[in-house]
Amino acid sequence: MSETHVLAEGATLNSFGHDPWWIIGLKALVVFVFLLLTVLITVWAERRIIGRMQLRPGPNRAGPFGILQALFDGIKGALKEDIVPRGVDKVVFFLAPILAAAPAMVSFSVIPWGGVVSIGGHKTPLQLADLPVAVLLPLAMASIGVYGFVLAGWSSMSPYALLGGLRSSAQVISYEIAMGLSFVAVFLFSGTLSTSEIVAAQAHGTAFKVAGMTLHTPSWYAVLLLPSFIIYIFTMMGESGRIPFDLPEGEGELVAGYHTEYSSLKFMMFYLAEYVNMTTLSALCTTLFLGGYRAPWPITWFWSGANSGWWPVLWFLIKIWMFTFFFIWLRAALPRVRYDQLMKLGWKVLIPVSLGWILFVSVVRALRNEHHDVGPIMIVAAIIVVLLLIASFLWERVSASEAQPEEAEAAAEQDPMAGGFPVPPLDAPHYHGVGNGRAPNSAEATRA
Amino acid sequence: MSTERIVGVGAGTKDLATEDMTLNIGPQHPSTHGVLRLRITLDGERITAAEPIIGYMHRGAEKLFEVRDYRQIIVLANRHDWLSAFASELGVVLAVERMLGMEVPVRAVWARTLLAELNRVLNHLMFLGSYPLEVGAITPIFYSFREREQVQRVMEEISGGRLHYMFNRVGGLKEELPAGWLGRVTDAVAAVRHGVGDIDRLIRGNEIFRARTRGVGVLTREQIEQYGVSGPIARASGVDFDLRRDEPYLAYGELQDVLRVVTRTEGDCLARFECLLDQVHASLDLADACVARLKELPPGPINVRLPKVLKVPEGHTYAWTENPLGINGYYLVSHGEKTPWRLKLRSASFNNIQVLREMLPGHLVADMIAILGSMFFVVGDIDK
Repeated sequence: MSETHVLAEGATLNSFGHDPWWIIGLKALVVFVFLLLTVLITVWAERRIIGRMQLRPGPNRAGPFGILQALFDGIKGALKEDIVPRGVDKVVFFLAPILAAAPAMVSFSVIPWGGVVSIGGHKTPLQLADLPVAVLLPLAMASIGVYGFVLAGWSSMSPYALLGGLRSSAQVISYEIAMGLSFVAVFLFSGTLSTSEIVAAQAHGTAFKVAGMTLHTPSWYAVLLLPSFIIYIFTMMGESGRIPFDLPEGEGELVAGYHTEYSSLKFMMFYLAEYVNMTTLSALCTTLFLGGYRAPWPITWFWSGANSGWWPVLWFLIKIWMFTFFFIWLRAALPRVRYDQLMKLGWKVLIPVSLGWILFVSVVRALRNEHHDVGPIMIVAAIIVVLLLIASFLWERVSASEAQPEEAEAAAEQDPMAGGFPVPPLDAPHYHGVGNGRAPNSAEATRA
Repeated sequence: MSTERIVGVGAGTKDLATEDMTLNIGPQHPSTHGVLRLRITLDGERITAAEPIIGYMHRGAEKLFEVRDYRQIIVLANRHDWLSAFASELGVVLAVERMLGMEVPVRAVWARTLLAELNRVLNHLMFLGSYPLEVGAITPIFYSFREREQVQRVMEEISGGRLHYMFNRVGGLKEELPAGWLGRVTDAVAAVRHGVGDIDRLIRGNEIFRARTRGVGVLTREQIEQYGVSGPIARASGVDFDLRRDEPYLAYGELQDVLRVVTRTEGDCLARFECLLDQVHASLDLADACVARLKELPPGPINVRLPKVLKVPEGHTYAWTENPLGINGYYLVSHGEKTPWRLKLRSASFNNIQVLREMLPGHLVADMIAILGSMFFVVGDIDK
């Protein structure tokens, strides 16, 4: 980390609000087109990558490397017969897909793509809009997007859709809290809720002296606030509604969840919403934790111009695609969790851990502001964390060994060759009928 | 997906009116592998009652047996459980041979044992792939199909069939083993043994998979005995019963030192999955032993010449075999005709699936999928 960053032209809140109307329109159009194209490419990339992971080629017929497959599928899907089942609530049924897709797109408007560039003689930041509370917009939009899923489930008048809608509302609500909490530490460190300024705040690590040497703390919040980053990754998967958290549409259970009854263009809207959401969540994570559009460290080390002009767009896209690949990779690798396990993870793990972490961060922050030595606190905290890990590890071992002792009893009794002829045991008690088979606390007994 | 909603009895009279929802899973639901239908009553997402409704695929196999001669019956008998075709053929020919008092050539006995074990591997690989799919992991099935292809290739080479082998004949096998085939079997077995490790590593240790399956759908020893559950499902609950060991047929009597009966005691979905996984290894060991023995055996016939008209003497017998999915039995009653007077089929899945009505209540809908998948059934085997 050296002084080369000074050359980079970062945007601040002051950079906004001076654009002529056509630049704003242009940016909005670019964001929209970018999202649609990204969806097409993501769908294609997902199918190709998962194909490779599953020992098969994936789509490779339409266009070079099958890249047009997603486009053709989209066109085909949109042109299919639009079936509206009898008995649905028509207005809500029509409104739901729009309500799902639109907010996902709106969120992207506060994501910075790059620093200040010159378009047609105007100096303008590569970002559609920024507000002093910009980060709250994606959170708000995610909440509105849930209405799309819930209403789709409700208006379909089908049990599968209803259960899917209920699940998705519960899931998004519980993960949103943890997601919001994971941002708090970032706000505490950057001192702002504006996305462009959060990116700017990650440009330089603060310097501190250890044994006579000047060291810089890492500038990305992903490193500096690792717990927040990890929590965000979990909530990101929860919010996106994809494997391992794709319960609202778990096909084994609920056929297709809230969009079971949808077809044609309306179904494509949900599809679109899912992938746009994925991109938005990746972009948000890039912005808040991975230094946004700024070039990663080893590049800035030898190339001082990496953060100027249009180059940041490249770094931004690379970072987004890393997350997209991560999403795809998870989908190929993991099974689906159960609904109550998901809830348990959200409420009993992510939220308490977030709260504890925020408390810790703010204490350290406050002490440092008053120029106290935070070294001992760090050490104590580290010891506590290690102790907790050991305790949880031991707990795991103990509870696992508790489950063991039943094993011995099963082997005994009965001679399977009684009378030289294999017989099932004759002492079987009489069939005791249906109804007593209530599995003892199945859901509670299995751990999350 | 037809659905019905039943308003709860006494709605409004209680302090809070709630409504139980009746949900039909199937007959065309993605997780029922065919046309099993489950009518479940839900309280929220918790199942309060479940009833398997079967018969959508009933093809009258037993009645059809009665108007086929014994050679034709083999064709029919390998249809009901399309994943254990060879093992199902076996029961019929064993019953007929026993009634005829026929001595089957040694090489045929060993080759049958080998093919039965390969068939078991094929069957288990199918479920090892499809079960993770049910709980949301989409990749393992492609790994399992890669391994299936290895085995299927040797099965296809010998019989021409990939699913319905039709390779058993009364008195032996259809044809001599092709030259060099045993070597290819050894290669395939080695490849599968290696490849199953991938599925093992991908799924067995996965935290999410364990959380979904451990302690879920516990089947007790009592329930197993009540409902006549058999096969890997029963053995996963500690019911240590395997006909290959307890009433050896074919060459299993001489394979006792190789034969390893895989059991678990937990009786949950995970135990059932692990049973299947380990049983693949056990079957591959058996296949290796069979190949070694077949290589040693002196050349000789692989079948017996049959008369033009095959009549089975009057009498009755019950031939049961340890099919991949459980006990498969044929009760053959002959009146000395060309066709059986009655051929009762006891199929494994039919019994295994009945226990669902006791297992499911109290679980969540998501558990139902995990449980249903772990009951390893073939709908044709249920509906016959």
